[in-house]
Amino acid sequence: MTTRAPFRVGLAVVALILAACDTSPSPSRSAAPGQPTATPAASPAASRAPIGGRLATVQSRRQLICGVNGGLPGFSFLEEGTANWSGFDVDFCRAVAAAVLGDPAAVEFRALSADDRGPALQTGEVDVLIRNTTWTVTRDTSWGLFAPTTFYDGQGMMVTRETGADSLEDLAGATICVQSGTTTELNLTDKMRELGVTFSPQVFGDIDATYDAYTAGRCDAVTSDRSQLVARRTAFTTPADHVLLDVVMSKEPLGPVTPLGDDPWFNVVKWVVFATFEAEEQGITKTNVGQMRDTSTNPVVRRLLGAEGELAANLGLEADWVVDVIGAVGNYGEIYDRNLGPTTPFNLERGPNRQWTDGGLLYAPPYR
Amino acid sequence: MTPAPASPPRTDRHAAVPPWRNVRLLRIAGQIVVVLIVAIIALVLWTNLATSMARSGLTFGFGFLNTTAGFEIAEGPIPYRATDAYGRAFAVGLLNTLVVSVAGILLATILGVIVGVARLSGNWLVNRVAAGYVELMRNTPLLVQLVLLYAVFLQLPSVANSISLGGSVFLNQRGLFLPRPLAEPGFGLWLTLLVAAFVVALAARVTASRLEGVGRPTYRLGTIGIVALVAIPAVGWVALGAPVRLDLPVQQRFNFVGGVVLSPEFTALLLGLVVYTAAFIGEVVRGGIQSVRRGQLEAAYAVGLRPMQTLRLVVFPQALRVIVPPLTSQYLNLAKNSSLAIAIGFPDLFSVTRTMANQTGQSVSVIVLVMGTYLALSLVTSLFMNLYNRRVQVLER
Repeated sequence: MTTRAPFRVGLAVVALILAACDTSPSPSRSAAPGQPTATPAASPAASRAPIGGRLATVQSRRQLICGVNGGLPGFSFLEEGTANWSGFDVDFCRAVAAAVLGDPAAVEFRALSADDRGPALQTGEVDVLIRNTTWTVTRDTSWGLFAPTTFYDGQGMMVTRETGADSLEDLAGATICVQSGTTTELNLTDKMRELGVTFSPQVFGDIDATYDAYTAGRCDAVTSDRSQLVARRTAFTTPADHVLLDVVMSKEPLGPVTPLGDDPWFNVVKWVVFATFEAEEQGITKTNVGQMRDTSTNPVVRRLLGAEGELAANLGLEADWVVDVIGAVGNYGEIYDRNLGPTTPFNLERGPNRQWTDGGLLYAPPYR
Repeated sequence: MTPAPASPPRTDRHAAVPPWRNVRLLRIAGQIVVVLIVAIIALVLWTNLATSMARSGLTFGFGFLNTTAGFEIAEGPIPYRATDAYGRAFAVGLLNTLVVSVAGILLATILGVIVGVARLSGNWLVNRVAAGYVELMRNTPLLVQLVLLYAVFLQLPSVANSISLGGSVFLNQRGLFLPRPLAEPGFGLWLTLLVAAFVVALAARVTASRLEGVGRPTYRLGTIGIVALVAIPAVGWVALGAPVRLDLPVQQRFNFVGGVVLSPEFTALLLGLVVYTAAFIGEVVRGGIQSVRRGQLEAAYAVGLRPMQTLRLVVFPQALRVIVPPLTSQYLNLAKNSSLAIAIGFPDLFSVTRTMANQTGQSVSVIVLVMGTYLALSLVTSLFMNLYNRRVQVLER
């Protein structure tokens, strides 16, 4: 035997070992790599049976991997000079962690750009994507399942005061900065086509590059969700020089997204969101949740907080999971006020983000 | 007994060498085993992908290329509107990448040769400046250089304060605006005249050099050729009444409209790629020149050739043997590095397909398409370079 043969054998062994290591976080841990799991034919409707096990994966990992923006003050960002994440979306990540693991701090945050978030979710790299993502039919069928909308937003346009533009028609011939991979990009084209206004788009992959180009004067206007424009404007050197046009160019319902093909996990995230809605509706707050669980006589509250009924078991969660969630982050109103409310630089009007009893769009189905 | 004749021992060809000692058989078997292993790995990966996609309800296909794109692209060599199909958007991105790659390769080669030769110069200042340039460009990341260049271009004056050159060329932070020549009737005729003049000049030069080669008088054919190259198009231009109209850039409320614009994104990308790759090409060229033996230089000087002539006629043809293969790698690097355009907002192939992948949700299909395109682009480039390499090789032995 030549001296090359042992080398080749060694290479073959290494290759086999690599092939045997299934590095992707596959939900179905019992399937050996290389053997196709016995799924019925490809249509998603047929695979309704719980074949995914992301809930079990997260519980055994004892950590939730949450995809967030990372560059959007008010929604998900790192507090300056610290390793602390805070924001509206971040709080919902913590809520899910509190529900599933009992610990709101057991979250690994992954900052994702608009281009990366779809593939990250499709490949299962993140357990849940809470990254100011708009719910559309294309995304519902290709990226993942959308949990209830946590923030009803609309697309807006921000210009510098010196352009003197009041409406979209005033921006004929202008250069407009926009991020790639967003519904914003598509809506801008649609809206301007509808109005017959010509413009020149400047598309960036990175959120920071987009706003830097706008403030440097490369573009006359920048477009995105109104909440994002307001949030980013607070970080400009001269926020007063920039004004949002009084137009809402589209509907942008923002909410959490879970990977396709995993109904139990989707149900968990969905009902975490509904729990925060219901808690606000029932007047349960971060401070009184313990007391409410012990002393309330309202059957709705008792069922919600796990004082009676076996509903939590259907979701695969502990009986007092809602107590953990509300105790960690508070109800929807508290989450909103803490991150986007009057005490913050953003001071965003709740608008449609109010309870249905107040004329808003937040409506939790009955927990029974 | 007489000693045995000194002849090599006769081996009986039909004596069976057992298979486990037959070297040729072992080599073939080894190769088959490796191929099988690679095929099995590929099959495992493919099956994994297919089942994961089926489980998530995702599909693989290229049908989306015919659906409406719905997004705008900032610049491109062919007209494109948001109502066109994804396929056309892909074509725009591809053409943008090709323009940047081809222009980048040409400019980087020129600059690289200059840098490489400067690096070998006897002049201390030229030598050191070239060395400093090469070290700086090679040791900083390309992405950082691109972002820095782009930030510098954005510091140019705003549209309202544009620098104007002669009233028809404008420079501001949104680009360099140049007048564009538009063809009037008669331009096609002038183009054919130009081609004809070129052919005539080429024929004249070839004939002149052939005649010179055999020592016959050329009757100044070479000069006639050059004169024809200039005179025929010039006369034709005047005769046809200058069949070109200039489309001048005009300042509107927000931007300049009309003419040709070199955007800061395109310029930053091209400049960054050229400057970065030229440093590498410079070193390749330097290595090639240094590989030519000193004796060649000395002989050339002894014969009476001047340094520039020596470089052009003696050193370079021999250095090319050593230069061309690594030069191919640098060209491929430049073409692939152009995908960094997404960081500075230039709509190249990768940037456009990123948007496509997001809007259609077909990440896997789009990635396969993009990788296939870059692969094809690189293979075509290296094919041409290898053909050139073969030509340069044969000349020597």
